[in-house]
Amino acid sequence: MSININVLYTRDTQAIFWNNNQSAIQRMFDYDYVIGREKPSVACIVSPTATDKFDKFFFGADEVMVPLFRNTAEAKRKFPKADVLLNFASFRTAYDVTMEALELGGFSSIMITAEGIPERLARKMNATARSKNVTVIGPATVGAIVPGAFKIANVGGTIENIINSKLHRAGSCGLVTRSGGLFNELSNIISINADGIAEGVAIGGDRFVGSVFIENMLRMEQNPQVKYLVLLGEVGGTEEYKVIDAVKNGLIKKPVIGWCIGTIAQHFSTGVQFGHAGASANADRETAVSKNKTMAEAGIYVPTSFNDLPKIINEIYTNLKNSGVISEVIEPKLRELPKSQKKKNFVCTISDDRGDEATYAGFPISSLATPETGKGIGDVISLLWFKKRYPKWATDFIETVIKTVADHGPAVSGAHNAKVTARAGKSVVESLVTGLLTIGPRFGGAIDDAAKYFKYGFDNNLSPKEFLEYMKKQGIPIPGIGHRIKSLKNPDKRVEGLKKFASQYFPQTPLLDYAIQIELLTTSKKENLILNVDGTIGILMVDMWRALGYSEEEINEFISSGTLNAFFIAGRTIGFIGHVLDEKRLQMPMYRHPFDDIIYDVQVADEI
Amino acid sequence: MAQKAIREFDAKTILHRHWSKYFPNFSYSYETILVENSSALRDLSVNNSWLSQKNLVAKPDMLFGKRGKNGLVLFRDQKVGDVKLEKAVNWINDKMASKQQVYSSFHGNIPNGTPKEDFLTHFIVEPFVPHIQNEEYYISATVVGDDDVLFMSAEGGMEVEENWDKVIEVRFSITDNEETIARRIIENIPNGIAESEKARFGEFAIGFFRAYRELNFAYLEINPFVMQGNQIELLDMVAKLDDTAGFLMTENWGNIEYPMAFGMEEKSPEVKAIEDADSKSGASLKLTVLNPKGRIWTMVAGGGASVVYADTIADMSGVSDLANYGEYSGGPTTEETKFYASTVLDLMTRYEDPRGKILIIGGAIANFTDVAKTFTGIIQAFEKYADKMKTHNTKIYVRRGGPNYEKGLKDIKASASKLGLYIEVYGPETHVTDIVRMALEK
Repeated sequence: MSININVLYTRDTQAIFWNNNQSAIQRMFDYDYVIGREKPSVACIVSPTATDKFDKFFFGADEVMVPLFRNTAEAKRKFPKADVLLNFASFRTAYDVTMEALELGGFSSIMITAEGIPERLARKMNATARSKNVTVIGPATVGAIVPGAFKIANVGGTIENIINSKLHRAGSCGLVTRSGGLFNELSNIISINADGIAEGVAIGGDRFVGSVFIENMLRMEQNPQVKYLVLLGEVGGTEEYKVIDAVKNGLIKKPVIGWCIGTIAQHFSTGVQFGHAGASANADRETAVSKNKTMAEAGIYVPTSFNDLPKIINEIYTNLKNSGVISEVIEPKLRELPKSQKKKNFVCTISDDRGDEATYAGFPISSLATPETGKGIGDVISLLWFKKRYPKWATDFIETVIKTVADHGPAVSGAHNAKVTARAGKSVVESLVTGLLTIGPRFGGAIDDAAKYFKYGFDNNLSPKEFLEYMKKQGIPIPGIGHRIKSLKNPDKRVEGLKKFASQYFPQTPLLDYAIQIELLTTSKKENLILNVDGTIGILMVDMWRALGYSEEEINEFISSGTLNAFFIAGRTIGFIGHVLDEKRLQMPMYRHPFDDIIYDVQVADEI
Repeated sequence: MAQKAIREFDAKTILHRHWSKYFPNFSYSYETILVENSSALRDLSVNNSWLSQKNLVAKPDMLFGKRGKNGLVLFRDQKVGDVKLEKAVNWINDKMASKQQVYSSFHGNIPNGTPKEDFLTHFIVEPFVPHIQNEEYYISATVVGDDDVLFMSAEGGMEVEENWDKVIEVRFSITDNEETIARRIIENIPNGIAESEKARFGEFAIGFFRAYRELNFAYLEINPFVMQGNQIELLDMVAKLDDTAGFLMTENWGNIEYPMAFGMEEKSPEVKAIEDADSKSGASLKLTVLNPKGRIWTMVAGGGASVVYADTIADMSGVSDLANYGEYSGGPTTEETKFYASTVLDLMTRYEDPRGKILIIGGAIANFTDVAKTFTGIIQAFEKYADKMKTHNTKIYVRRGGPNYEKGLKDIKASASKLGLYIEVYGPETHVTDIVRMALEK
């Protein structure tokens, strides 16, 4: 990644937006679309209370999905290249959010919008950022913009105003202000009286802000796109003097136009606070009048009043243009925002049938289907269920599972139901779903629960003994443990096969190892309390996902959303169809259960 | 929101509440009370026996300094340190009977500048602490630039400013840790402090500076404090809190009041009502009346814009014409804007001006505030005050941009014209403050 330190943001800059401020984010997307950015400027959103995985925003007429995360660390892990944090947390939490981001690293700039962060915290936050070379914009700011490249949140207001104020493409002015409201105004003035701005920052209204005028102006001095600078200061503080010094000693050579608002304060000795929290003159040096005077003496272009600011901007711009420093802006082609943006009702992230050939998670079907591709049903499942290509050992394992659970004879309740339905003359699909509907907590559900409970024991470092006590307290038999007839001496061959495969091909199997320790304990109590096939599958799936690098949170979600059961459903569908076809082939008659197999225990009513 | 001054009594109360944490090896008697009149003092003496047993000191506790030089510290009846409760009661009665003059600046003991005049309303009463000059010290801490600075001197008291060259300043970065801070304080104990007292003074200073930082004081000064062995008495204190830290400090500060500065005009009911509305709203509503008889009234959206309008009016017309300063921003509701506008219009139509009144409805180009929506509130206020506005020959000048501004301008123009009010409206193509020039040239 190349970082151009002379420019705050580029067309490739992407941000992590902290707080799901939908209207501000939508404005960024509208801007991105209009200026023709390829990637939206917001990579993802951190929303600590989000229950959804993503939020939808318009990008032109289309809707795009922006991932939601509950913390910055995860967002940064998933989007390491998003190096701008737009911190829209409240004044209560903005400090913590900033400090966490500085700790995580990988951010080149952090913008903080909250007003009124405790001063001591703001100072610490700013000092820490400075020591790590991170540019902080704010607190108490509307943000910054590099026209034609990247715009923070609400800067510039509506898209109409952005285009009117020529904030959609780079001009030649570098603008710094304290106030966010006047930032917009200045952009407008500069667009009317010159050719717009190349980069602009509203540094923020609080007394302690991260990057001050001078830091931003020194960067702009180095930015070849910037030809002159406009500084709008305020009464209070001494930040403008650093700029004055830089102009005097030649650190800033480009022409600077400056004005400090708040000249009114000279008429009132105390009591009235004009402007922001940072705007309180404690000494003569800090008054707007004295700053304006000193700026003028240092060679900064200072108008006679704010009302004359447009005139002086026009003069400086015209001079630079006439002397060839500024050339004519080539107006870029803009995309127009569609008049109406229609919300989509459905979202699909696994397959796409719009192109030449339908794809599974981006892979054309033909690249997976035929034998010479070397791909099997395990690959198809990994793509359509998990949107990822799993390695061969994992897809082989998935296929092993599917094959293992495909059928278990006609007597199990699901198969029985399917057979009874088929014999009632129903179709294949009707008979199949009757069987499938039987799958649940008592039939097939042990896979989910085995994964869930064994993982719980393992995650909480329960010893096998503690695990048994824990399960006893839950008041249920341990899912995945126990078989009708099989025992340690007479092992279940399916389980043996799965174990053998895993020991040979899995990178490691910590959860299975844990389960085997538990099995030692349970079989010492009763011979047939072995780890059964459901348990083995559930446990090995967890080991598989861990080895594939999924987070514990993601694995827990797989379990709670019923993904494990899905393997059983997919596999057993094969068996059920077999039983249904078998009934059809045999043309078995309607089934009626014999009376003598039912206990009738119904009292005759007292009165009819 | 920013740094706010608190009463001496509250500053002492906060320090006392955390005394054992910051000054575990020192004791402080915390014999101090705040009264609003002399009978309260008499009442409190029932439960605070020291008030009738000890000799007392009384002084106003109303944020202003230089109380000694202003002759507003009671510490002698016939001789220094002999003030009894009865004398303190009489003195408070006497000082409350009429307005007092307070100078903020002195050349030596000669007052300088014009005094502020107001009634005294709050007094702090404490025991007189007999001590010798050598036992008095000065200590304070505040923020300078980006750093915290600790000031220490062996010579405290009224003349500390005159003796400022003896004050040691130690600068600390916000990121300095406890060890560094303690080491540097110890290294910088003023030479004027007796060798035998240096260690003790250092320990107190370390605790003081930690209290200043951890309790979010923006300024904390004890001038002087008396150190007699491990006994500390805080004779005089000045403190400011960083009120933005209020949400972190609810328990540490207790119930803190931020009093108005002495000599400030009492806020009008209108201003108080706006403050009240502001505190209940997510938006920002601010109003200060500068001159109730002023000719030019402003209703400006946004903090920055409100300043440039005030600047421009003072420049072009003179500051005496500027009636008010204030702003509304942050997306106020229609109801809030209506209330704000009504308040301004009501104030504007109280005093006559032969030249008529000018109402500036100004603002920069909004980032996200819906202009038409906020104007709806102003239009509703027009409907209420149209007759009065006409009586006062009011000319309205509007300038605004931002989301939905075309509709806002159209609506406000139509409504004012229908009501028979004089109005001119301008959008972002007109320079933000140019309506001031136009209004004055009319």
